[in-house]
Amino acid sequence: MAFAECIRLSKHFGGVRAVNDLSFKVDEGEILGLIGPNGAGKTTVFNLLTGFYRPTSGSMLFRGRELSGLTPPDIVGLGIARTFQNIRLFSNLSVLDNVRSVLYRHARYGFVEALLRSPRVRLCERHVHEKAMEYLEEVGLADRAHDRASHLPYGLQRKLELARALALEPVLLLLDEPAAGMNPEESMNLVELIRDIREKHNLTVILIEHHMDVVMTLSHRIVVMNFGEKLMEGSPEEVQSDVRVIEAYLGEEYAGAYRR
Amino acid sequence: MYIQGVLTVAMINIISTAGLAVFTGFTGLFSLGHAAFMAVGAYTSAILTYFVKAPYLLALAAGVLASCFLSALVGYPTLRTRLRGDYFAIATIGMGEATRVILENLKITQGARGLPGITQYTTLPVAAAAAAVVLLLARNMLASVYGRNAVAVREDAVAAEMSGIHLLRTRMISLVFSAGCAGLAGGLYAHYLAFIQPVMFTMVQSTQITAAVVCGGTGSLTGPALAAFVFTVAPELLRAAQMWRLVIYGLMLVLIMVFRPQGLMGYRDLSWQGVLSLSDRLRKSVAGGKDGKG
Repeated sequence: MAFAECIRLSKHFGGVRAVNDLSFKVDEGEILGLIGPNGAGKTTVFNLLTGFYRPTSGSMLFRGRELSGLTPPDIVGLGIARTFQNIRLFSNLSVLDNVRSVLYRHARYGFVEALLRSPRVRLCERHVHEKAMEYLEEVGLADRAHDRASHLPYGLQRKLELARALALEPVLLLLDEPAAGMNPEESMNLVELIRDIREKHNLTVILIEHHMDVVMTLSHRIVVMNFGEKLMEGSPEEVQSDVRVIEAYLGEEYAGAYRR
Repeated sequence: MYIQGVLTVAMINIISTAGLAVFTGFTGLFSLGHAAFMAVGAYTSAILTYFVKAPYLLALAAGVLASCFLSALVGYPTLRTRLRGDYFAIATIGMGEATRVILENLKITQGARGLPGITQYTTLPVAAAAAAVVLLLARNMLASVYGRNAVAVREDAVAAEMSGIHLLRTRMISLVFSAGCAGLAGGLYAHYLAFIQPVMFTMVQSTQITAAVVCGGTGSLTGPALAAFVFTVAPELLRAAQMWRLVIYGLMLVLIMVFRPQGLMGYRDLSWQGVLSLSDRLRKSVAGGKDGKG
């Protein structure tokens, strides 16, 4: 039983085949890169895995459980977390509150208790506060805990999304272009951060990314998509030297030159 | 007596506004039908005290429950969309008008003529105490997981779902709470005015409550409460401007949307620190102006 698996997964929007007959496996503990030109269907795969879209056909298995038909909160409960391509922070809230919002799912008190603000509620508040600060420290945002999320520079906003995803205590982390908009130095810092996080929390990661240096450095294996289908999969070296991949990204002329 | 009356109504309006602040300000959903929840609360409690001679508190509680039930009925099918709850706003307009029409046509409510002769149980101390309790409960709710989830849903429904928050559940809880507040306000109002008619609970009233919430500030509880107080008291002070009240509301709404969309209080609540720091800043800017250039 694979840790996570897509079996002949398809998502059609009318005539548009965003994802078509896609199959791949993810092994526990690995970092799987998911690459492909824009519009290849990578984010659609994430949306399918997290329950925002229902597959047209095919199935998605996570630790043997079928994911299709589950709602996003259900899937979060199974241990899958994701970050978004266009950052989706709670902009008007503080950095700390962004992470805290996620931790409240551990609250175990009823509505009436909440109205009366019982000691249990207060205890929960303290606990949530502490845990949130821990996650912020891990990504290096603790000193900006009370800044408004929308006031953070872009790179730090991405880190905040990461902290928020970590606060869900996932076993499978889906990162959608975490290095987008970063310069080479920031990207390499991110690579280190992701490596550290993965080790510390025993995560499995699927990574969508366009920064090739990030993908090639981080990934154990890579799946290449094009036009909604799997083009090929293999190690970073295999993918880098595959003619079809080059053709998909850069067009036929470059592929032709490479072949020669 | 007159002043007492105005203050009593102000307290009642604070209650309905606080409830709507939770729904609109903190959960991000507009409702133009909350007057219907007030109507249900008003009529339920009035019918109980008038026809059945039920005790006041029991009647009020029944009014609250009736409003909560109606809101749950309306909310369940309409709040499930992942998109912004604009669909719900439209549904509330329909619900508001439908409620009014039903009330006008039921025998027990005596139709459009209204229900007179209700015992005046609501005094200023009663209303003020109720307002204080409601504000406290609302504050506690907002500071708990239920309020935090609501805010997350308001900020970004997709990210909130991906953080494990149930969209429908969260919105429903906010809605039922706000409807309960409106129901309480309605019950109190009926027993203050001693007379209620369906035409007292139309979209005009709903808009007024919404105006107070928006002007007071999204994400604030004290802001809307203050705004509700001002909106009730100011027209009495400006008796001459009575006819222009709605025009002024509309104008204020537009101005605030353009210049300060987060409302007067923004995402902050009134607190001692806030007042002190504001006076500090004012003092500094006055001092700076005095010995500054030009």
